[in-house]
Amino acid sequence: MLRADKVSFAYESGRRPSGRLHSEAANGLVLDGVSLTVDSGLIVGLLGPNGSGKTTLIRILAGLLTPLQGSVMLDGQPLAALSRRQLARRMALVPQETNAAFDFSVLDMVLMGRYPHLGTFALEGAQDLALARDALAATGTAQFESRLFKTLSGGEKQRVVIAGALAQAADMLLLDEPTASLDLGYQMEIATLLRKLNRERRATMVLSTHDLNLAAALCDRVVLIQRGRIVGDGPTADVLTADRILSVYGVHADVQYHERAGHLMVVPFDSPH
Amino acid sequence: MLTLAVCMLAPLAGSSPIRLRQVFDSSIPFTDNVDAQIFFIARLPRVLAAALVGCGLALAGVVFQALLRNPLASPDTLGVSAGASLGAMLAITLHADFSIVGVSAVPLASFAGSLGALVIVYGLSAARRRGTTTTVLLLAGVTLTALLSAVVRFVQFMADFTETFQTTRWLMGSLDVASYPPLAAALAPLTLATVGIAALPRVLDLISVGAESAAARGVNVEASERLALVSASLATGAAVSLAGPVAFVGIIVPHMVRLVVGADHRLVVPAAGLFGAAFLVVCDLVARTVLAPVELPVGIITAIIGGPFFLWLLFRRA
Repeated sequence: MLRADKVSFAYESGRRPSGRLHSEAANGLVLDGVSLTVDSGLIVGLLGPNGSGKTTLIRILAGLLTPLQGSVMLDGQPLAALSRRQLARRMALVPQETNAAFDFSVLDMVLMGRYPHLGTFALEGAQDLALARDALAATGTAQFESRLFKTLSGGEKQRVVIAGALAQAADMLLLDEPTASLDLGYQMEIATLLRKLNRERRATMVLSTHDLNLAAALCDRVVLIQRGRIVGDGPTADVLTADRILSVYGVHADVQYHERAGHLMVVPFDSPH
Repeated sequence: MLTLAVCMLAPLAGSSPIRLRQVFDSSIPFTDNVDAQIFFIARLPRVLAAALVGCGLALAGVVFQALLRNPLASPDTLGVSAGASLGAMLAITLHADFSIVGVSAVPLASFAGSLGALVIVYGLSAARRRGTTTTVLLLAGVTLTALLSAVVRFVQFMADFTETFQTTRWLMGSLDVASYPPLAAALAPLTLATVGIAALPRVLDLISVGAESAAARGVNVEASERLALVSASLATGAAVSLAGPVAFVGIIVPHMVRLVVGADHRLVVPAAGLFGAAFLVVCDLVARTVLAPVELPVGIITAIIGGPFFLWLLFRRA
């Protein structure tokens, strides 16, 4: 169980991530008193407009940023008390995009997930290799094993990165807009994969996304953030309502259960003034 | 294997022929044995120096390229070589004569210069960190190189004539080392740097994929970056103090090695160290023999090979 308790955060001026927008609150905070609980085995979605603080929250939950105020606890232990290595054995991060600077093979990329389990000078053993191959198989990327990572398509890359996260053997995955740069086909592929991993491996997931329908399809629970504050938190059907979408995104939308898809569907429309 | 073979064979070639049997002939007193003198005094130190310098620059190049996630990063393009040159130049022209824990003034000043340059480049970019694109860092490095080179030329201009002549040749990158003490002085920092870098290959793999994802995989990114950068500066400083800023070794050797062994730094690091050594020994061999008895500064040879390679790399990426 991962718990954030009254977490506040602000970037030092000039140190914020580039190309990212932060419509911070009047007090200059990017996150302002955010509390949330992620129960084991669930898929929790983080939704909110650009600059609302989703990515910052993911970074804080991953222990990559230290909150200004408040704390994050993993199974009752504060993140600050765990070393980077210990944390990495429990939680894995899947960024929006991964680009390798050099010609790493797909297997190399997945084996790097074993890093927190190995000593400084240790080489991967047969067991690490078996785990990596297992992760490749689970993500349907076994056939790419000896291909160069950078020759893969966006969706294939993302599946390999998820395989790396599985090889890390962490039971919690933090995914930062995992489908944002993918076309429809790959979006579906990643969504199907995540659901399968959640069911078969009981992997707990926190994913931020702009895709309300992805959230509706995947998430057991949804947390809605606006200007660094939580404005909705609960079962997906309770949070994804037309009223909330209008107040947070300023967009009119129909929210209906879709029989064939088997989940809620959000259809935005232009409102007649 | 290649490195060892090259280091053993290289001293045999040179502008005056020598006979190996006579070199090791103990029946002739050393002072009368011209071949042995040429071998041990004129050539062997030079070959060893080439090996050390090549190894140091290649390792530094590997580290910079991985940390910056950019194939154009190197001691030359980041201003680190220029910083080291300035440090060493000042120590030479001011006849600085001191030593700290057995390391003498020139390597110390050279290391201080390389670290200073690195701190400036990194400090500038850290001001806008996270967002810092490598482009900014490289641009800062190129600018710093120009600035430091101007200071170097100023120091040179103010120095007296014989010194100017010496330092000019030195700045071309020259392995005119004719004794063992400078080798010993450079060996200590280079060994330290090698140990530092040897602890990091997997970390370099992870950081080259992304600093944030490396941190999420358990890498202490800041501490590792610091260790890597200090080690790389140390290696550059040691190399430059011996031979001047030998151009292009730091940038081309890592690429050549990657073409052969792939991207895994656990292979790239040792291979680059060894191949860098062999590469510079061979370049120096060419420098010593191509216009014999004139001995060209090795920097001319490496630049003539390295320049076109660098251009090819640029256009292949574009």
